[in-house]
Amino acid sequence: MGYLKTLTNGILKENPVLVLMLGMCPSLAVTTVAKSGIGMGIATTFVLLGSNIVISLIKNLIPKAVRLPSFIVIIAGFVTMVGFLVEAYAPQLNKDLGIFLPLIVVNCIILARAEIFASQNGTVKSILDALGMGIGFTLALFLMGSVRELIGSGTWLGMTVTKELVEPMKFFVTPAGGFFTLGIIIAVVNFLTHKKPSEKNGCHGCPSADACAKVSE
Amino acid sequence: MKEMMIILVSAIFVDNFVLSKFLGICPFLGVSKKIDSAVGMSLAVIFVMLMATVVTYPIYTILLVPFGLEYLKIVAFILIIALFVQLVEIVLQRFVPPLYQSLGIYLPLITTNCAVLGVTLLNIDKEYDFLQSVVNALGGGLGFMLALILFSGVRQRLQDAEIPQFFKGMPATLIAASIVSVSFVGFNGVVEGLFQ
Repeated sequence: MGYLKTLTNGILKENPVLVLMLGMCPSLAVTTVAKSGIGMGIATTFVLLGSNIVISLIKNLIPKAVRLPSFIVIIAGFVTMVGFLVEAYAPQLNKDLGIFLPLIVVNCIILARAEIFASQNGTVKSILDALGMGIGFTLALFLMGSVRELIGSGTWLGMTVTKELVEPMKFFVTPAGGFFTLGIIIAVVNFLTHKKPSEKNGCHGCPSADACAKVSE
Repeated sequence: MKEMMIILVSAIFVDNFVLSKFLGICPFLGVSKKIDSAVGMSLAVIFVMLMATVVTYPIYTILLVPFGLEYLKIVAFILIIALFVQLVEIVLQRFVPPLYQSLGIYLPLITTNCAVLGVTLLNIDKEYDFLQSVVNALGGGLGFMLALILFSGVRQRLQDAEIPQFFKGMPATLIAASIVSVSFVGFNGVVEGLFQ
């Protein structure tokens, strides 16, 4: 894969949320407003970038058997750093993201990219992959947040848009609205790309997909 | 006692871990095709959530807080959970083979389940004491089980339904989850109504 393709892969063809179906928990939880969607996206991109760089550098030093725990510790280190940065420079975002900021550790996008990409590729490619995936994740969250904020509160990025014209549909900022919005967006993506629905429930990019499939048999 | 009941009821129904806190969405969507696998997965999750709370709470209060190392809690907790899951797998395989055969396959899925790490972090955030933390973990696990079992029933109906091609798979599943989640909104205010 060329360098440019590595970068754009995560944004469109393998968008982590809309195509690979990874990182669903934060995509549903923090997207009641567009702004915290972007914040979550940037925080995750930072962690992804850090973990991909470090893992691609030390991939030959990590024994295969303890690979996953080692990855998780590296990721947890970066999440702690991001936690400090957000707490110091964006206290409001810290409050909006709440528990989902530390939970970036168990966001399967990061572990999946470590396992599938960074542990098998060079540092430059891993950086591009992390940026592409991070941007793709941020855009997906921004889209989710925009739809939910616009319909659910009548505002966009905090600016009043349709609030005074029509009554906002509160449903879209409830948890149920989160599931609904994501379902519709994925259906639209499927419709636009004419993607055949995957037999395996679309879990193929997930590090636990094999174990999950074994359980469901 | 009343306080414990409030924590338990709100963790199961009002603030259901899956349907209103969005913790553990991956197993909720991935392992809910059949009732038996939903039950097996939930039992494994309840067990690990309880034990993770029992182990991480003392480590936080005895080891991290006195030395001012609270910021290490993410690294410490995720390592403890990963270690613990591995340990449970080995112990079950060696000493309780029947249980291992029924629950063992679910264990690898649990380390990266955000409900487990989530409950340990929430307990610290909410400043629960030890007993309250355990009750919260139990409620979270039972809520996870309730959501999974309810949803696996819906999923089985969904398989036979005629739906447009591009809605098949994940979109239809998510919209069904949305409807199940709406039904849980009905529990709002239950705590106030029951315990006052």
